[in-house]
Amino acid sequence: MSASSAFNDEKGGSSSVGEPEYGHDPASGGIFSSDYKRHDDLKEMLDSNKDSLKLEAMKRIVAMVARGKNASDLFPAVVKNVACKNIEVKKLVYVYLVRYAEEQQDLALLSISTFQRGLKDPNQLIRASALRVLSSIRVTIIVPIMMLAIKEAASDMSPYVRKTAAHAIPKLYSLDPEQKDQLIEVIEKLLADKTTLVAGSVVMAFEEVCPERIDLIHKNYRKLCNLLIDVEEWGQVVIINMLTRYARTQFLNPNINESLLEEGGGGEKTFYGSEEETDEDDEDKDKKAEVATMAKRKPYVMDPDHRLLLRNTKPLLQSRNAAVVMAVAQLYFHLAPKAEVGVIAKALVRLLRSHSEVQYVVLQNVATMTIKRRGMFEPYLKSFYIRSTDPTQIKVLKLEVLTNLANETNISTILREFQTYIKSMDKDFVAATIQAIGRCATNIGEVRDTCLNGLVQLLSNRDELVVAESVVVIKKLLQMQPEKHSDIIKHMAKLIDNIQVPMARASILWLIGEYCEHVPKISPDVLRKMAKSFTNEEDIVKLQIINLAAKLYLTNSKQTKLLTQYVLNLAKYDQNYDIRDRARFIRQLIVPTEKSGALSKYAKKLFLALKPAPVLESPFKDRDHFQLGSLSHLLNAKAGGYQELPDWPEAAPDPSVRNVEVPEWTKCSSREKRKEKKVEKPFYSDSEGESGPTESADSESDSANGSESVSGSEASGSGSESEESEEGSESEEEEEEDEEDEEKDKKKKKKELKKKPVQESESEQSSEEEERKPERKSKPRKSDSETESDDEEESESESSQSESDESESEAEVKKKKKAAQSKPPAKPVKTDGKKEKKEMSLLDLDDFEPAPSPQVTPVNSFLSSSLVTDLEGLSLSDSVLSPATIAPSSALKSYELLHRITGEGLSVEYCFSRQPFSPDANMVAVQIQFTNNATSDTKNLHMEDVKLQSGMRVKEFPEIELLPAGETTTAVMGIDFCDSTQAANFQLCTHTRKFFVSIQPPVGELMRPIFLTENEFKKEQGQLMGMNEITERLTLDVKCRNEHTIVQRVTTAANLSRVPCGSDKECRFAGRTVTSSSLVLVTVATKAEGAAQLTVNCEKMVIGTMLVKDILQALTQ
Amino acid sequence: MGPTEMIHSLFLINHTGDIFLEKHWKSVISRSVCDYFLEVKEKAVEPENVPPVLQTPHHYLISIYRDKLFFLSVIQTEVPPLFVIEFLHRVADTFQDYFGECSESIIKDNVVTVYELLEEMLDNGFPLATESNVLKEMIKPPTILRSVVNTLTGSSNVGDKLPTGQLSNIPWRRAGVKYTNNEAYFDVIEEIDAILDKSGMTVFAEIQGVIEACTRLSGMPDLTLSFMNPRLLDDVSFHPCVRFKRWEAERVLSFIPPDGNFTLMTYHVSAQNLVAIPVYVKQNISFFETGSCGRLDITIGPKQTMGKMVEGLMVTVHMPKAVLSVNLTASQGNYTYDLATKVLVWDIGKLNPQKLPNLRGTLSVQSGAPTPEENPALDIKMKIQQLAISGLKVNRLDMYGEKYKPFKGVKYMTKAGKFQVRT
Repeated sequence: MSASSAFNDEKGGSSSVGEPEYGHDPASGGIFSSDYKRHDDLKEMLDSNKDSLKLEAMKRIVAMVARGKNASDLFPAVVKNVACKNIEVKKLVYVYLVRYAEEQQDLALLSISTFQRGLKDPNQLIRASALRVLSSIRVTIIVPIMMLAIKEAASDMSPYVRKTAAHAIPKLYSLDPEQKDQLIEVIEKLLADKTTLVAGSVVMAFEEVCPERIDLIHKNYRKLCNLLIDVEEWGQVVIINMLTRYARTQFLNPNINESLLEEGGGGEKTFYGSEEETDEDDEDKDKKAEVATMAKRKPYVMDPDHRLLLRNTKPLLQSRNAAVVMAVAQLYFHLAPKAEVGVIAKALVRLLRSHSEVQYVVLQNVATMTIKRRGMFEPYLKSFYIRSTDPTQIKVLKLEVLTNLANETNISTILREFQTYIKSMDKDFVAATIQAIGRCATNIGEVRDTCLNGLVQLLSNRDELVVAESVVVIKKLLQMQPEKHSDIIKHMAKLIDNIQVPMARASILWLIGEYCEHVPKISPDVLRKMAKSFTNEEDIVKLQIINLAAKLYLTNSKQTKLLTQYVLNLAKYDQNYDIRDRARFIRQLIVPTEKSGALSKYAKKLFLALKPAPVLESPFKDRDHFQLGSLSHLLNAKAGGYQELPDWPEAAPDPSVRNVEVPEWTKCSSREKRKEKKVEKPFYSDSEGESGPTESADSESDSANGSESVSGSEASGSGSESEESEEGSESEEEEEEDEEDEEKDKKKKKKELKKKPVQESESEQSSEEEERKPERKSKPRKSDSETESDDEEESESESSQSESDESESEAEVKKKKKAAQSKPPAKPVKTDGKKEKKEMSLLDLDDFEPAPSPQVTPVNSFLSSSLVTDLEGLSLSDSVLSPATIAPSSALKSYELLHRITGEGLSVEYCFSRQPFSPDANMVAVQIQFTNNATSDTKNLHMEDVKLQSGMRVKEFPEIELLPAGETTTAVMGIDFCDSTQAANFQLCTHTRKFFVSIQPPVGELMRPIFLTENEFKKEQGQLMGMNEITERLTLDVKCRNEHTIVQRVTTAANLSRVPCGSDKECRFAGRTVTSSSLVLVTVATKAEGAAQLTVNCEKMVIGTMLVKDILQALTQ
Repeated sequence: MGPTEMIHSLFLINHTGDIFLEKHWKSVISRSVCDYFLEVKEKAVEPENVPPVLQTPHHYLISIYRDKLFFLSVIQTEVPPLFVIEFLHRVADTFQDYFGECSESIIKDNVVTVYELLEEMLDNGFPLATESNVLKEMIKPPTILRSVVNTLTGSSNVGDKLPTGQLSNIPWRRAGVKYTNNEAYFDVIEEIDAILDKSGMTVFAEIQGVIEACTRLSGMPDLTLSFMNPRLLDDVSFHPCVRFKRWEAERVLSFIPPDGNFTLMTYHVSAQNLVAIPVYVKQNISFFETGSCGRLDITIGPKQTMGKMVEGLMVTVHMPKAVLSVNLTASQGNYTYDLATKVLVWDIGKLNPQKLPNLRGTLSVQSGAPTPEENPALDIKMKIQQLAISGLKVNRLDMYGEKYKPFKGVKYMTKAGKFQVRT
């Protein structure tokens, strides 16, 4: 309201002085007394100490600015208020400042210190807006300050401030391009940022400052691809466009073979192509053929990173934002294999429902696409039908697309549609339709006559424009086969009396002249008429009259000699010099005189040479050398700042540049910290009943003792009796690593297989690192196998179950022993007696573990896994303090891979063993258990035909040569899921059968536990705020209200380790994702009555979101 | 030097060509740059025919036409045109959202809020905050009460904290939403786009659907909406809140909704399905060579209405310029003929299957003018409540993450979209 009144005041004032403001010297505003007065008024308000008055004044000033009025003389009064407490006043002052700072540099400097202070404010919004304004003040003198501020903000804790820093980069660059090198450093730093909030903005900065530095993208390429779907929509557009260019420099043309075929076969040669040109063409073709054969020799394989880009952009075709859809569409058009480009058609057609401006741009791009890839849009032909209510520019574009889509099969439908259009009231559109018909006729021989007849009918249209356009098009068509159409030419000759449109008249005259021999009687008569009206004709018509005269003179001089001379004489005195010149020139050529040169002999050849018919081409032909969706493409001219779309490289550059070293999470420094921590809190290691680890151990036993069904369901059946042998083979693999050749492996396994039925403990003993191996699931597994056997009603399982029951306790004891024995080499600390153990949680657990009943085995699993990590990553002695002790992972859940029935007797289950996969640390170990329920042996169990999303990798399990009837065996494979829950698909093959199976990881299995101290945890958590933090409130399940159940359920849901915590109201867990080593932090804070709050911090937001869901489910059910 | 910004300046121009607002994100560009645009606009008979992208010697002008206003942006360097166009529409949407309409007068009345909004929406020409809920936390929409209070107390409409949405991974929803009545409504609205030829044959027909949602739910509800027959949906586009993977895998819509009204998804019904056309049109429009007059006779009847009532029936005819006046009788409803625009509108209302609406009479044509060649096409508007013509049905709507039981509702409606009968 107040604004409106201010506005009206302002308006009243300005109208009285006749809008002198803009375009004038800023100082001139003061000349007008009314201005003086008004501004004094405002100055007074600004100087008052009432915020409401200041606000009112600022609103009025901003209203002036908005209307383009000059308010620069208020600068000193306004700038004083830059530090005003009222946030709205402050914001309006910023608005003003940014607008006028450039004009009042000295005064603007007064405000700088305020912003510098703002940069240090604890409120991130204030830091960000200070940087925004500071960087928007275009005053060269503050460049160093801006540079400093940007650098600092680029390392700010808040991603929002870092985003603002990215935005500031192009501003500083445009102010002072000298800063480029320093800015590139900042860009490089920000490109490494892993938050989606920053990604779009920094790529924008990259595009503006250093688009040529494609090398900066390598290391971030995969991250950008993976983040893309979570980036805000505007950032998506920028990133996709940039990645399109990137891909063009790094990958091979996926269509290399097809495009050659296309060009070789299609062979659209230019009609006017001179001989040299065709020579060149031939050469070109030869070259291409060579390349083609080369390409054939080397089959094309798509780079997985290329695939990654295509796969990760595809879902964005569903975006509500037209710019995003277009960006993906152009990416596919420029980068995808021909067979896959089709997916974009549907999305583009969808955009035709949008605003007319969107339609306009989309249709332009579709028009270009339809030339190269007609098939793609053919199914959507009818979506381009025109409605009488479409704006003309849209109609014309749709017509263009329809014409491009026309072929032998659909031409009759299209022509029927065109017939409707010709009757439209919109004459420009009708003219375009006639052109379109002409193009269809030239391109599709079958319908040429039909089209021609149709057009001839239009010659009797009442609208002159329609007729004229038809004449022009008919002229072009007739050139293709004039001899057949003398009737039409005669008909057109008659039209000359009525048609006034110069272009049409010229066309008719040209036709008659060109084909005068087909209409020998009429043509002289036409010339006679035209000679009469010569002086009143337009220039283009005059020129054609001269042409006609010349041609007739050459073919029929008897009848037309005089007429020709008459015309030439008229032309000689024409006002237009072109026409005078032409007349002289022609006279010299055709009228032989003594002086006339040798050329006159050839006059007939010159004038009546056979002329090739024109090719009617789409104006969109070859526009695709501009990146589609760009401004340059739309204008068909290079716009400033346009980055050329590079040609595909002949040979792909080294793909390894995109490999990112996985930061080792077991760094010395962190280990040291761990040690410190340990010293701080020996508590965990020796307090048996209460502390974290103990409790969790308890919880295991609790659940185990309490109710079998509960633990069973959690463990959700790996249901195997062959556990020990399974471990055996696994440990072997780990131990022997890659060096061990597969055959040996197989043999060993075979041996084990044979042994297994005898007793598991044997195989256990056979291998030295048995200690690592958890007996882990034995307990849950047991209960599991129970339930399973129930399901399947197999008598077999019962016996084996009891077997395992007995063996469990045995195994446990053995393990403990062994653990004690085998650890020493790796970690001498452990061997020391119990005193030491008090500090080493690991050993502690060993210590109290035996106490519980035989069923309490699961604790071992975490123990062993931690040992494995120790052995792998931490060969130093302090690694005993390994984190995992604090976070027991409870029972492992197993999943069905192949059901007994579908597998024809072979049933396969898998579980995530949560052990590091030694051949490749970035892989998740998947333990597979095969049971042969059939009556015959199964042989040669192996994997084939692994189908993975790009980036994912698989280490196959070694072939199992024989699985006797009724036997069970296990194998371990590794899968690098790339931190996604995408399934790995492959075929499981036996000697007779192949089964399609897939393994899909729950998100909780994509991480591995790490050890953090409370402080480290808090620090890391502090850096993963904002977008990276997801918080959910929940009500805990009734059975899940004590600490250890929570710990147990969380660690069951996700492979995380517990982080010590001073408060008993909070449980904390930490881990890193397996592939990218991104931190995953989980906090469960409990409150009264089962209320709780779950917080997950993870820079991989997708993982975070999914994890929240899974943990929520685990805690609430 | 590379490009320096995306959107350099924005001018708002009314349909008569007055520039009534300008905003520059970088150095000021004189408004004379608009002259190129105004020249083209003068030449184009209809504002819709002004090309959205124009080139001037030093700048590019990208504009949209919305609600009788031109939003004209000045660009200096390469930029995807759709990027700018989409953004400008988002600006117009935001004005609509804030002020209830997007007109010259309302923008002038709220010029300060408009300026503050533009300031937040673009930083250095690059979009910064375009989510309505983020903006609303930073700049409160004006209400009469608030502006009175603010004037008295000097308190402000501008927030001093970073909106929660800006940093969260669900920027479309703000934290701490509370309602006493929790409710979620979904309107499944389908539009039939069709072209029928003279004889009533379908030249082209397709169904475009949209699900408009209105959710007033406390906390962070996580909703799942599933369909009985999701296979009908051929092409879809989603609000960013919809989890795409889930849709791909299970064909259910899983999302944490924005607060308030939003478009959940749009869809296209697979072309394999024959589109039911709810009404038929019998028409006869003819112009006589002599006597400078013509006849018009239109009857509309029900065809495939699935037993539902057809309402809101309306026929619009853009008559040839030569038609001076009409003299018609409507058996039902009223008709108007705008002499200036030559548009005949027949507002029928409900379609009574027993007594079919009919409009007939004579057209008088300017004497001496050639008789129009083409008969004008008829644009049909109609509505059918409680029916999604494609047969799409929502199966169930579940809410997770919150304890309360929301009130849920799904409504169906079918409308004529671009429904044209050629004559």
